[in-house]
Amino acid sequence: MKRNNHSEDTQDPLLKTLIEVGIVGYGAYVPRYRLPAKEVSRVWTGGIGAGPILEKSVPGLDEDVATMSIEAARNALARAQIDPGLIRAVWVGSESHPYAVKPTSTIVAEAIGATPHIQAADWEFACKAGSETMQAAIGFVGSGMAQYALAIGMDTAQGRPGDALEYTAAAGGAAYLIGPGKDSIAIFEATYSYVTDTPDFWRRPGEMYPSHGDRFTGEPAYFKHVGAAGRAMLEALDAQPGDFDYAVFHQPNVKFPERAAKELGFTQDQIETGLLAGRVGNVYAGSSLLGLAAILDEAKPGNRIFFVSYGSGAGSDAMVLRVTDLIAERQGRAPKTCDYIARRTEIDYATYARYRGKLAT
Amino acid sequence: MELPQHWRLADQRYRLIGEKCPHCEASIFPPHDVCPECSKPAGSLYTFAGTGTVYSHTTIIDAPEGFDGQEPYVVAMIKLDEGPLVTAQLTDLDGPPEIGMPVEMVTRKLRTDGDAGIIVYGYKFRTALEHHQDEAASSQDTAGK
Ligand SMILES: [Zn+2]
Repeated sequence: MKRNNHSEDTQDPLLKTLIEVGIVGYGAYVPRYRLPAKEVSRVWTGGIGAGPILEKSVPGLDEDVATMSIEAARNALARAQIDPGLIRAVWVGSESHPYAVKPTSTIVAEAIGATPHIQAADWEFACKAGSETMQAAIGFVGSGMAQYALAIGMDTAQGRPGDALEYTAAAGGAAYLIGPGKDSIAIFEATYSYVTDTPDFWRRPGEMYPSHGDRFTGEPAYFKHVGAAGRAMLEALDAQPGDFDYAVFHQPNVKFPERAAKELGFTQDQIETGLLAGRVGNVYAGSSLLGLAAILDEAKPGNRIFFVSYGSGAGSDAMVLRVTDLIAERQGRAPKTCDYIARRTEIDYATYARYRGKLAT
Repeated sequence: MELPQHWRLADQRYRLIGEKCPHCEASIFPPHDVCPECSKPAGSLYTFAGTGTVYSHTTIIDAPEGFDGQEPYVVAMIKLDEGPLVTAQLTDLDGPPEIGMPVEMVTRKLRTDGDAGIIVYGYKFRTALEHHQDEAASSQDTAGK
């Protein structure tokens, strides 16, 4: 693998590590309740108009980003089978942390037995908060500061009742235990970040629901950043879309990632496995990470994976992974993404309103 | 319950940490100073696997303060695979629970002290999640979508 060289830093925008880094274990989580889009349109539009997805996942009354992160982290540890005391960082990226002040990451770290010799922090950047934790963990391990770091993207996203977001704002995510390349199921070939100041979606302190720039969220926001990050990555690696077995993109719905993939030159076949939004909705900071977990569930040694996240505000993190021989023995050590998606209890809008605290009491 | 007590109980609540008696090998939960089996001083910490079966259960309709908003919910005695009985809430139920049903531990919100207070997390149990371990099952799943 090509090492970083300070003399090229100004030309080479890729973020590379000093030592080879990869994913040692991964774990998905999706809560069991599903709200069909037709239920949302029944309540708000008299059933007129199809939703952008089939259905979305909804957390139970006793679930939040901390409990969901704990289960995903336990799945990652079950696959990695390492001593949690060796982890030096637990980072949780989310826009729905249970507390405004008090970290989610300490709760998760304690629950998996990783405390106290550990760095812990909560990350924010709308839907990009999850991939940020992965990049930071890659840096932590890649610099030799830590042997293992746990990166999590998890959300219980909320949409204002009646808003278009209510069809898709969903709950779920994934955890990635980042560690040395020689013990990894997939190696990071490179990562890259593309960021600008773009006001497409935001939530002010104390507000329960986010605001968004309606049509402004597409062209100058999602497509611009996903496209730029994807193209820059392909160029920097001198790679073609056809060089990859799988591609996964942030998925606020089904259409956006399909169009972004097409514009970059990827086929429907390449994105099919990781495109889960139609059945779980937009799980925000967990979105692209959950799609990547579904890909790792079925990937074979030697496969190459192309990954681009997106977070409003705005930016995209691109990553390229190469799957190793260690994948086969670890895939079955924990529940797969499809096991969580298959575990499904349909609820109506009234139950949804109760579960999500949308009723004034 | 006071804050320091929540905090002190975090290990056993979050991770089902009990003890293994060094004298008679009994698995002990919750941790005691003295082994309930042989009455000798109890020993080293032991993390339970978190799997067991439903031993008995009851449905709570009228919830105490802090648990309101969750009712109706089911509280069960779980016989852990290592032996001890644990009282805990069953969660993610899809129909009535059955005696002998295999369950697994999950960490969930137990209660909240109003809108401004702390959130208390701890163990609950749910029906063991079905998961496909073999290659054939997983490829079938992905083909079906
Ligand atoms: Zn004893």
